Amino acid sequence: MSAQLLHIEGRFIDTDSWTVAEADDALPAGPVLVTLDRWRAEREALLARAAPLGVVLEPGQPLEELAADLPRIACIALRFPSPGEGRPYSAARLLRERFGYRGEIRAIGEVLIDQVYFLKRSGFDVLVMRADQDPQATLAALQAFSVRYQPAWDEALPLYRRRATG
Amino acid sequence: MYRYDTHDQRLVDERVAQFRDQTRRYLAGQLSEEEFRPLRLRNGLYIQLHAPMLRVAIPYGLLSSRQLRMLAHVARTYDRDYGHFTTRQNIQYNWPALERVPDILADLATVEMHAIQTSGNCIRNVTSDQLAGVSPDELADPRPYCEIIRQWSTLHPEFSYLPRKFKIAVTGAQRDRTAAQVHDIGLQIVDSAAGERGFRVFVGGGLGRAPMIGEVIREFLPEADLLTYLEAILRVYNQNGRRDNIHKARIKILLKAWGREVFAAAVEAEWKRERGDALRLPPEEVTRMAAYFAPPAYDAQAAHDRIDPAVEADTAFARWYARNTVPHKVAGYRAVSVSLKSPERPPGDATAAEMDLVADLADRYSFGELRVTHHQNLLLADVRVGDLPALWQALRDHGLAHPNIGTLTDMICCPGLDFCSLANAGSIDVARQINARFDDLDYLYDLGELRLNMSGCMNACGHHHVGHIGILGVDKKGEEWYQIQVGGSSENSASLGKVLGPSVPKDQVAEVIGRLLAVYLDLREDGERFLDTYRRVGVEPFRERAYAELEVAA
Repeated sequence: MSAQLLHIEGRFIDTDSWTVAEADDALPAGPVLVTLDRWRAEREALLARAAPLGVVLEPGQPLEELAADLPRIACIALRFPSPGEGRPYSAARLLRERFGYRGEIRAIGEVLIDQVYFLKRSGFDVLVMRADQDPQATLAALQAFSVRYQPAWDEALPLYRRRATG
Repeated sequence: MYRYDTHDQRLVDERVAQFRDQTRRYLAGQLSEEEFRPLRLRNGLYIQLHAPMLRVAIPYGLLSSRQLRMLAHVARTYDRDYGHFTTRQNIQYNWPALERVPDILADLATVEMHAIQTSGNCIRNVTSDQLAGVSPDELADPRPYCEIIRQWSTLHPEFSYLPRKFKIAVTGAQRDRTAAQVHDIGLQIVDSAAGERGFRVFVGGGLGRAPMIGEVIREFLPEADLLTYLEAILRVYNQNGRRDNIHKARIKILLKAWGREVFAAAVEAEWKRERGDALRLPPEEVTRMAAYFAPPAYDAQAAHDRIDPAVEADTAFARWYARNTVPHKVAGYRAVSVSLKSPERPPGDATAAEMDLVADLADRYSFGELRVTHHQNLLLADVRVGDLPALWQALRDHGLAHPNIGTLTDMICCPGLDFCSLANAGSIDVARQINARFDDLDYLYDLGELRLNMSGCMNACGHHHVGHIGILGVDKKGEEWYQIQVGGSSENSASLGKVLGPSVPKDQVAEVIGRLLAVYLDLREDGERFLDTYRRVGVEPFRERAYAELEVAA
């Protein structure tokens, strides 16, 4: 079974246009995701390529370093080394809400059904589900809750500012 | 009390459906043990020594009689007819069957209850003062803020996978009864010099392996910024707390590593960068929430209530009145503790029948509400003085009027080795041993206010570090031994206890406690509590006498 790409709008993406570049390999043609180290080392050359560029961030790697170049980075992939990893949720919200990032934020690594709802709320838009995750259960998990107490990327106001209308 | 609207109810119902599906996937083999674990923990479900243990949330300890009857129903239908009330004002069931837990949660949802975030690496049930709203020493009722925090923290998308558990307590009184300073965040309601309402913010308290007292990172936080500031603290912690070592993952370790100034500066910087003010609390929301906790319809005539002189002259009643009831801010009312610390019961346990009885008494004598206390008792907060004799009689008939609140035998105690898979040693039978030895009420009263806290392992569920006397169960080559500490407190001038010395065998625990008490009685000066004497004379006099001719661990 290969990994399913879930778009948080509730559909699966058939073919992934992005390739993750291994450490020192020659870059393949087309859209490519590189590590932060490689970005640091080859920034100029990477930006000069004709194809879309993305950066993979491990938990805890600084977003600030990318801030000035965000308009030229088409995708940021935040890695979950384990399903219990929590830092990418803050990273996604900061990218969206503080840095105004409008490119794709994808979740990669140990991405399981029961994280989906929180990922959607935090500003991710593509979830690369671990290969064994059931597609129907994954779709259903997007809709696990219809009530949102807190403002986040998907909701501008806390529930107490919306109660009267709902 | 707070009542769910359609939003709150829908969320809890959706949670039941989600957990039912997660349990189904686990039982069908679609979720591994390891993957199911964090999901069940987020619903308070542990796998314990003999069976699963389910912890049900009682937000800030407040219950309606209807909810308590449901807790009794759960005990009767799904468990072995009893439950255990905890220091964080929740209830635990020790024998539910895993596959029936979704049904338990569905039953609880019918009375606006749940087990959301009662365990796991997330923001836990917010706790508060059991005398909230009724205590004469209160500046403001903390419960509206607790409910605001409960809602904000429920299924928070950014803070559901923290490095470690996260506990918040809110107190509004001069005397802290919430142990705020041993919480990850403790909030104390204060007014600024300008008369503005706000909070003093403590961060980084916690017990467990590396016990610490919280530090003040902000002397005054305006009320409107309650949630924006909490969000800033949590964001700093979520990004920077250690995730490589479970024993170093609490916020207290981060605070210690960085130092208070650096940590506070990081929070302030994050806070000032918060986007917009969507999360700032409008006064209308605080007012709306406060309305749920409006005082009940007290009877002005109660101020003229007199207790029947014949009953008042009864020593048993007088003892109960003096120990188990406290003043109320409204004339003619008292707050009444229902002691779950009588000698024959494991501390904090209540049977289904007792829960039903207390629910009936709450309906009859206390406006249909009650509280669970941090000290693992129940409390009827609004009892008319004229009703005290009848209430006393009813409680006494059922073994719930043991007049020991605030004394040595009103001890905090975890379930210990009898139930818990983490425990190194038993605590319930040590409690029994202490109850057997110190059964003379006059002696207990002479000792005065004394806090005895006991944990079966270093995770410190029984708060042993902050007992005036603390007992910690340790394992020595498969035998249960006990380390004794003295001088801890979780109140305003909080302190951690000092270890007395080598641990002692199980059958010597009460003997050592007796020796410590003898030292206190010899050395105390006018009006000093055990804790005060300890603070004046230090640990040495206690240490010397405790170990004279005693077998101790190598």
